[in-house]
Amino acid sequence: MQIEEGSTPIIADVKNVSYSYNNSFSSSIILDNISFTVKEGDLLGIIGPNGAGKTTLFQCMLGLLKDYRGEITIFGEDVRKIKSVLKKIAYIQQKNLIDQSFPATINEIVSFGITGKKESSKEKEKDKILSVIETVGLYEYRNKRIGQLSGGQQQRVLIAKALIADPKLLILDEPTTGIDQNTQDKFYALIRKLNHENNITIVWASHDLDAVGKLANKVACINKSMFFHGNAYEFFENEKLLKAYSESAMQAHMHLHLNKHASNNNDDTNPHIIKENKL
Amino acid sequence: MQHALITGAAISVICSIVGLFLVLRRHSLFGDAMSHVAFGGIAIGLFTNVYPIWTAFIVSVLAAIGITKLRESTKIPADSAVAVLLSAGLATGVVLISLSNGFTLDLYSFLFGSILLISIQDMVVSVVLSAAVLIVMSAIYRKLMYITFDEEQAKVSGLDVGKLNYIFIVLASITVITSIRLVGVLLISSLIVIPNITAMMFGKGFRKTAVISALVAVFSVLSGIMISYILNLAPGGTIVIVSIGTFLTTVITKYSIGVVKGKTGKVVFSMMD
Repeated sequence: MQIEEGSTPIIADVKNVSYSYNNSFSSSIILDNISFTVKEGDLLGIIGPNGAGKTTLFQCMLGLLKDYRGEITIFGEDVRKIKSVLKKIAYIQQKNLIDQSFPATINEIVSFGITGKKESSKEKEKDKILSVIETVGLYEYRNKRIGQLSGGQQQRVLIAKALIADPKLLILDEPTTGIDQNTQDKFYALIRKLNHENNITIVWASHDLDAVGKLANKVACINKSMFFHGNAYEFFENEKLLKAYSESAMQAHMHLHLNKHASNNNDDTNPHIIKENKL
Repeated sequence: MQHALITGAAISVICSIVGLFLVLRRHSLFGDAMSHVAFGGIAIGLFTNVYPIWTAFIVSVLAAIGITKLRESTKIPADSAVAVLLSAGLATGVVLISLSNGFTLDLYSFLFGSILLISIQDMVVSVVLSAAVLIVMSAIYRKLMYITFDEEQAKVSGLDVGKLNYIFIVLASITVITSIRLVGVLLISSLIVIPNITAMMFGKGFRKTAVISALVAVFSVLSGIMISYILNLAPGGTIVIVSIGTFLTTVITKYSIGVVKGKTGKVVFSMMD
């Protein structure tokens, strides 16, 4: 882990990361020279419109994509080279990627979080599973199957699965997509608790500017390239910045919509290409 | 008969356990594809006078590893990879059979199974292979569960997903080859799929589903063998028919319970009005 003298340890350091999607017909830039740091205890909100590259950025940070340019170190290690660093990280994807028909109880799914890790005894393992299930408020549902739960409850199961591994870094990729407002509020309360009480460093991608504004202490605003990185209040108090971001997000949304429409008639068009992404 | 029952019980357990992962990964036809490749391997064995089960085993394992590699490196969809595998195995077998002047009794027993004729040597080999598959599966089943539930998450958590997938594919190949004697090349996929979809209808967690699947598989195999022995029927086909009967009984029972619950609910609600 990198430690600058007299300052908080740096958990993640992303330096000049660029990633392009290439095939025989075209090349498109997904990320362009992204740089930011995440310090211990941060709750970094990453905001950007659809197609901005947030998920791709996370895939690079987690070593799922290795052919990016630039450097990413987490806890001081290059995730492309040192896989053991992944054991300190938990990653939660969007809810709609869960197989609703998978025959596993909440207990079994949460136990995935400690798969491959040695616990001192089966009893301790069982106690740990029940403890995290209780932390996320799902104790009474522990023997139900994942498909029997609501969207918000399913997301809490994934959080429990993440927590049981005692992560030092939690990466959330738009975890509240498709969830009602009331459930979202409960989810955000849980995130706040994990960051403030459990001291877990969190990197969180979201469209919800309101929620990010309330919870995050740092913000990184990307739309293929880095638009802003700094303290959350600097971003949200600056009307010009907010306006510029909203306009670019709308522009990006329009281009994405037009390209998706064009791709229905033209197989060669990649809906992720946004031709103009200048902010 | 005793050899048949012991061999059948052992094979049915590994078919159900390995098959559960194949079904959940949406690779239900993998068993079918492997058995068709095995057919090619068996034909090579018969053609070269080598014990066909060994040639089938070598060809199947190599083919399974090769197709997995092909899928990873070229992003060919799973069902297309299965189709390639299936066609190559069958075509190779047909050509070799034609070169050896047609079908023999040996080939018939591989195509449709010959559990009642199983020798003590074959029984020992089948039971040992089944035990080996069960031991390895019990060591890695939780990791496989995680990979099956969410492969990307499993990768992020640090599991060596590539290695585990290859181990699983080899175990699946061994399971298919071991099952050839029981139901034959043409019916193996039914033994892999049907007990599992029956078990999944009970709506339980993973461990309980695996246990129910194994019980259904063992019941189908043992009943099928005994019925075929008594009535002088083809054991492979009888086993599969019993298995399908168990599945249909479960479906009808579940549907009937649902109808009764629904009607009871309506009666209760109307009484409350």
